[in-house]
Amino acid sequence: MARIIGGMTSSHIPAVGNAYHRKLFQDPYWKPFFDGYPPIHEWLAREKPDVAVVFYNDHGSNFFLDKMPTFSIGAAAEYRNEDEGWGIPTIGTFQGHPELSWHIIEGVVEDGFDVCSCQEMIVDHGFTVPVQLFWGDENKGAIKTIPVCINTVQHPLPSPKRCLEFGRAIGRAVRSWGGDEKVVMLGTGGLSHQLDGTRAGFINKKFDLMCMEKIVDRPDELAEMSIHDLVREAGAQGAEFILWLAMRGALGDDVVKLHQNYHIPISNTGAGTMLFEAVA
Amino acid sequence: MAAREPIPGTPIFDGREAIKGYALNKMCFSFNHADARAAFKADEEGYMAKFGLNEAQKAAVRARNVLQLIEAGGNIYYLAKFAGIFGLSVQDVGAQQTGMTVDAFKEYLRSQGD
Repeated sequence: MARIIGGMTSSHIPAVGNAYHRKLFQDPYWKPFFDGYPPIHEWLAREKPDVAVVFYNDHGSNFFLDKMPTFSIGAAAEYRNEDEGWGIPTIGTFQGHPELSWHIIEGVVEDGFDVCSCQEMIVDHGFTVPVQLFWGDENKGAIKTIPVCINTVQHPLPSPKRCLEFGRAIGRAVRSWGGDEKVVMLGTGGLSHQLDGTRAGFINKKFDLMCMEKIVDRPDELAEMSIHDLVREAGAQGAEFILWLAMRGALGDDVVKLHQNYHIPISNTGAGTMLFEAVA
Repeated sequence: MAAREPIPGTPIFDGREAIKGYALNKMCFSFNHADARAAFKADEEGYMAKFGLNEAQKAAVRARNVLQLIEAGGNIYYLAKFAGIFGLSVQDVGAQQTGMTVDAFKEYLRSQGD
């Protein structure tokens, strides 16, 4: 049976994509951020997962407001990255795993999550930046990906509790897959940030660190928050934390935290990076 | 549903905003494509008319004013593509909305890590 071996979190800030492209790993501004990744690279090199389920949000690339699914799952053999309109370099295509995608879609629908399936899906920086940070341009071809997109663009957004449960349903579906793949879960986005309004620039270090602590062993406590609570405490776009909760749900009940890094600011954001090993 | 306490300085893009801003956001969504960005730059008024922007939206676009664009129903995820045409970063956009210089805004971001 397929095995979920662990999970990672990463911000997916577009400026990171540009910094990666320009190889600013030792630049004084960027170093405290990029230094959070080598321990995860070492873990990935040792564990060699086959598949990454990537929880992310679309930023107006694949979905417009004409049709805005709450939960959508990619079911394509390949995912393209395209021009987003403001100059982040495009980084080609990502390999999919359509058979496992459909198994997950069937599993979560049976479990009460009526998702939108996507046989074509453009993936934007929300997806590409974390995959690039974890595998690098040179190794990203080695991992099969399953994009799981959660709406954070158009309110009402799904509640933190619902996202945690959605992740749990995805975890159950993956564990019931007959293949022998090793699977990792990626939670992307966040942490606190706000781009719009007169409160733009708001970051909440104390709240972010509390979330990084509780997500290890007490995700259900975090899931008691409403979206409105998250927006108030983490900023308008800090609501992306629901993507981390979905990742955490998919990992199962018990995890061991192997690594974490937190740095302010990267662009307008408090950037959190974590690595978990799932306890079978 | 229970009424929620507004969060000062924080727009919530809900259904009401979605209705109000549809034409503006649809225009901004088109800017994913280089030919659309070029067409806008070549004839801003014609491009706005094509998408049916209302007067408040047109005025906000002409002024390149982010708070006005949000007030007119703009969603920040799509407005980012409009800002990109002018090479504005999220720090530029943040500085404009908060009335700070870009340097002061960057220092504000940094100071929250202390």
